Amino acid sequence: MVVLEAKNINKYFYDPVKFHALKDISFTVNQGDFVSIMGKSGCGKSTLLYILSTMDTAYDGELTFLNQNLTNTSQQGLSLFRNEHIGFVFQFHYLLPEFTVLENVMLPALKLGKKTKAEIEHDAMEKLRLLDIEGQALKISSRISGGQKQRVAIARALINNPSMIMGDEPTGNLDSHNADNVFNIFKDLTQELKLTLLIVTHDKDFAAKTDRIIEMEDGRIIK
Amino acid sequence: MILLLLNIAKTHLWSRKKQSAIAGAGVTFGIASFIILVSFMTGLNSMLDGLILNSAPHVHIYNEIKPSEEQPVESYFNMEKNAYQIHSIKPKQTKNSIHNAVPLIKQLRLDKTVKGVAPLVNAQVFYVDGSIELNGIVKGIDIEQHASLFSFNDYLIEGNSNDLKFYENGVVLGAGIANKMSLGIGDVLTIATPYGVQYNLRIVGLYQSGLAELDNTQSFTSIATAQKIMGQKKTYITDLYVKMNDVELAYDKSLEIAKKYNVHAVDFRTANSQIETGTSIRNMITYAVSLTLLLVAGFGIYNILNMLIYEKMNDIAILKAVGFSGGDVKTIFISQAMIIGFVGGLIGLGLGYAVALWIDYAPFETEALPTIKTFPVNHDPKYYVIGMFFAIVSTFLAGYLPAKRAEKIDPVDIIRGQ
Repeated sequence: MVVLEAKNINKYFYDPVKFHALKDISFTVNQGDFVSIMGKSGCGKSTLLYILSTMDTAYDGELTFLNQNLTNTSQQGLSLFRNEHIGFVFQFHYLLPEFTVLENVMLPALKLGKKTKAEIEHDAMEKLRLLDIEGQALKISSRISGGQKQRVAIARALINNPSMIMGDEPTGNLDSHNADNVFNIFKDLTQELKLTLLIVTHDKDFAAKTDRIIEMEDGRIIK
Repeated sequence: MILLLLNIAKTHLWSRKKQSAIAGAGVTFGIASFIILVSFMTGLNSMLDGLILNSAPHVHIYNEIKPSEEQPVESYFNMEKNAYQIHSIKPKQTKNSIHNAVPLIKQLRLDKTVKGVAPLVNAQVFYVDGSIELNGIVKGIDIEQHASLFSFNDYLIEGNSNDLKFYENGVVLGAGIANKMSLGIGDVLTIATPYGVQYNLRIVGLYQSGLAELDNTQSFTSIATAQKIMGQKKTYITDLYVKMNDVELAYDKSLEIAKKYNVHAVDFRTANSQIETGTSIRNMITYAVSLTLLLVAGFGIYNILNMLIYEKMNDIAILKAVGFSGGDVKTIFISQAMIIGFVGGLIGLGLGYAVALWIDYAPFETEALPTIKTFPVNHDPKYYVIGMFFAIVSTFLAGYLPAKRAEKIDPVDIIRGQ
């Protein structure tokens, strides 16, 4: 089953000069795929990810997600869609520093509002346990280590049981031990939960272990 | 949903206790000073108004000396064909007394909107002290009516006004004249009427309104004595003081009375328009000062929120990435401003009330105002509602612009920028 389909995506930057960042990008991602996007710095891989993630809407072309055309959806609609269907993991962990680990994980589910607070709390503990970090649940999130933060971020990405997890260099800021750890977690998620993963990375070792590598250069997919 | 946003707002504020407290303190001082100013100012206003209005009739009925509205020549000549000019028009000679005053009083007392009617006999006199004659007015009053309707006894500084009923020639003398003539209770005052008759009156009380002009000329006696001084009969009444149940109806009532009974009737607002002007100017100053204070507090909040949003760029980006809309983010920051406004405002109301209460009990004694023992303060709840309203509105406005900026932040810019 096709989860994500991009058709003829073109993207221009106008500042400081007009620059054609993405050129006719078309590809599909199937359910359960563990896909990595590789390429040198500035090849447009992050730009592509943000378009696919629906956060960047200034592009030409067509984006279909779970048979839903997202190109013409309103910002409000896209917010709801992201909330329900996409989980994010970034290079920098982006937890809300004043909240506890548990609260951070619960946040997207509270926004979605489909379950009671008690159920959400239970789910969140479940996800933290899955990532082997439930011991830190009640700590303020600014007080845990970098590797732990990244696992909390993954738990947060999983809380609404999304259709897809997108990562922008999720291991870029971690040492090799923690990077392996995160990779193994991703691998387990695809195998056990049949999750679809789309990860931007320039770490060749990381990419080599994924199911499929999309390689980019100068705004085009070359492989 | 809104609870979640409020919870995020609350956590942001709570994690920056010092900043939030400073922002809140701005609102607190703004609102507190509004409450203090407004309660003190309006208290002062109503005291000053009260000085005149408590003792003044809501509707004053009397015969005014003026020229006839229709001159005889007008009915003789045809106005359309002829032009005429009359020189040196003289006022019409009428009695000073109100025509049929006694039945008129009875009629007015039956009126449900009228609280009471007090008859008066004004007598122009001279106070005689040896060879010195001072201008003055003796007012013959019904002491019971005047005491109950116009708080006469509040202004009595010595003696007992009821003695006016018991001593046939009793008089309550203005404090100013008493001073000038070195007279006190029990002394005898000699007055002379314009017709050359002299009377001796016994002083039973001293009166001080706080308005020097009145205290230097006025004295009070019973109606019967005043009628005797004027050499008139029992039905001679020169003025009627009408007190209404509702002050606001005074103007309409004055028009009605004038039309119905063919007398001159003036309501207190028309008679004392200068007081109203003073009151409205003082109110204006109060509101202007308070709004300025709140404006300053508002700028404080604006600044702090702007800084907060700058610090919170990452949080805003991540909130948007996980599915919070721009509107949600805006709500978070506006509610932070409004929580500051609400809490700061509430504390401000409390502080304002405490200080106003303290002023209320602070002693304030002055010779000129015998009835005032402490500073006048008005604790009208209306101003607390207005104060809270100001607090909420000004913080909403102060929060709106920064929140609008947060709403517009593009998460991609922030996340890529790292």
